[in-house]
Amino acid sequence: MDLSVKIGNLFLKNPILTASGTFGYGIEYSPFGDLKTLGGIIVKGLSLKPRTGNPGVRICETPCGMLNAIGLENIGVERFIREKLPYLPWRDTAIIANLYGEDISEFEELTKIVASREEIAGLEVNISCPNVKKGGILFGQDAKAAAKVCEAVKKNAKDKTVIIKLSPSVQDITHIAKTVEKAGADAVSLINTIPAMAVDIYSRTPKLTNVIGGLSGPAIKPIALKMVFDVAQSIDIPVIGMGGISNVEDVFEFILVGAHAVQIGSANFTNPKVSFEIVNKLEDIAKRLNINKISDFRGTLKRPIKDQ
Amino acid sequence: MIKNIECIDLEVTEIISLHKNFYKLRLTPPKWDWNVGQFVMIRPNDWGFDPFLPRPFSISQLDDEKLEIFFQVVGRGTYLLSHLKPKNKVKVWGPLGKGFKINLNLPILIIAGGMGIAPFVGFIKNHPNPEKIEVIFGHRMPLSCYPISEFPKQILIWTIEDKNEKDLEKLKRAIKVKIEGYSSDGQILACGPLPFLKMIFSECYTKRTHVQFSLERPMACGIGACLSCVIPSPHGENFKVCMDGPVFLCEDLSILFKQQPLIMP
Ligand SMILES: Cc1cc2nc3c(=O)[nH]c(=O)nc-3n(C[C@H](O)[C@H](O)[C@H](O)COP(=O)(O)OP(=O)(O)OC[C@H]3O[C@@H](n4cnc5c(N)ncnc54)[C@H](O)[C@@H]3O)c2cc1C
Ligand SMILES: Cc1cc2nc3c(=O)[nH]c(=O)nc-3n(C[C@H](O)[C@H](O)[C@H](O)COP(=O)(O)O)c2cc1C
Ligand code: FES
Repeated sequence: MDLSVKIGNLFLKNPILTASGTFGYGIEYSPFGDLKTLGGIIVKGLSLKPRTGNPGVRICETPCGMLNAIGLENIGVERFIREKLPYLPWRDTAIIANLYGEDISEFEELTKIVASREEIAGLEVNISCPNVKKGGILFGQDAKAAAKVCEAVKKNAKDKTVIIKLSPSVQDITHIAKTVEKAGADAVSLINTIPAMAVDIYSRTPKLTNVIGGLSGPAIKPIALKMVFDVAQSIDIPVIGMGGISNVEDVFEFILVGAHAVQIGSANFTNPKVSFEIVNKLEDIAKRLNINKISDFRGTLKRPIKDQ
Repeated sequence: MIKNIECIDLEVTEIISLHKNFYKLRLTPPKWDWNVGQFVMIRPNDWGFDPFLPRPFSISQLDDEKLEIFFQVVGRGTYLLSHLKPKNKVKVWGPLGKGFKINLNLPILIIAGGMGIAPFVGFIKNHPNPEKIEVIFGHRMPLSCYPISEFPKQILIWTIEDKNEKDLEKLKRAIKVKIEGYSSDGQILACGPLPFLKMIFSECYTKRTHVQFSLERPMACGIGACLSCVIPSPHGENFKVCMDGPVFLCEDLSILFKQQPLIMP
């Protein structure tokens, strides 16, 4: 059974990646499974300087999902390279750095730093975080700005695969996808969380101190699936799908609508072994679906049955 | 680095109601090395996608017979937990976080508010020299809600009902006097709601007394990966309550309680 996937220069032994911000720096999950078995690990969003993120209450449970407003807290790229990277099994699985910059020059700086590391296999560029005041979703909602970030990163990324992470809160996600494809992106990943909120009527206060946060989890899966479906048909570069994926069937749903690979996000919180368990189940379900290669299944969604 | 944390499916063996809304949940025991003050994340296998997140609970007791959680129903998750039945499977990961540092030979003062008693239940019941333990227990609900009657007779326990301003004053005075008593040659451990801890903090802050505090924050992963549980630290970078805590020293909490950084003797 061939589960491997190629995305730009990136070789993944299987299509299962862990989503940025839901899997720490990777090492946190080593008690729960063999990190080497994963297709890849996308680490917490990194910025040039350490960030302390948003104050107060940062998460809140919602039906079949959760809101978060972490605000991209991270230890900064330098410390990540010094303190975390050496402990990751980078020879055996793809380590992908997720990058966040407040402006173009910060993205350039960051890219230069990570692109020089042999341990890092690819870059995912976050232009879709709803929880920060500068950059983030503002880049992702404006096609021109998105293209600029993409060009700046690509120019400094050497041979590293550049994945642009798209926001769902845009009028036409295929337009942004096409724009970054033209700007040189090797792949796109989607979706980031959906801006959302929760309130308490008794105290008349928002449940998150930041008032708004990003919705993730199974609640957003149908939205994510449609966006992956739309984007996969409109561009030629690979699409990495995510949003509420919780089990191996969900994985194949995204592949069916055109995803090359997928990311497991909030589901890691409900069961810290879930990403490893999904990897273990891939072969079984592929057999049941009668496929020899993952690519045989990709984008093979049929027309609806008539007279249904 | 990473200690002996594991995630396993455990079976409910018993669920005991002490009082309306107060329960002991007993699970088949995992073989863990653990400390008082450490906690677990719990998620019953039949929750499906909703409720979505696991729930954190202190390890109340863990021995060859059971892993015991003592909890109060305060919302949907704990309500559903109270309806678990023997043989139901729950996913549990732990032991998580850093617990209390305890020297069994020194006298111990435990200051607990309400459910803040949970992490200490097994410790108090199994201490080799229970006469070394003194407890101040502030509570709003009737005493029968809490497993106090199970404690050995030798421990000194001051239960103070905290219903009105007057009670609160009484509690404050008791805390003040006792903290002074233990400041030179004892250990002080505190757990309870944030306003309760803040009261204890003000006392030990002015007196520079060493107190260990156990905190609660909303959590998603319990293992330092999601950054939802952080509090500001005096070192600039945040503390993750799930990993750097949940037990902290007095001087760790100065920024959280909006005080100048504290240098302890
Ligand atoms: C380290 C730690 C140890 C704990 N130990 C105990 C214990 O031994 N016994 C006990 O009864 N309770 C304990 N709690 C609190 C317990 O986790 C909450 O009461 C419980 O999560 C509430 O869930 P719910 O669905 O009933 O309430 P809801 O309010 O409906 O919960 C909604 C969300 O808020 C979170 N939440 C609500 N209250 C708290 C809280 N006080 N702390 C953290 N998150 C909260 C929930 O986890 C959930 O994600 C502990 C919390 C922490 C962080
Ligand atoms: C707590 C939390 C933190 C996140 N942090 C980041 C981040 O740092 N960078 C990023 O690009 N996406 C971040 N995300 C978004 C996820 O990577 C993912 O796009 C989103 O959660 C949707 O997938 P899911 O429904 O499977 O969780 C975060 C999500 C959560 C829940
Ligand atoms: S609960 Fe996830 S970092 Fe503490």
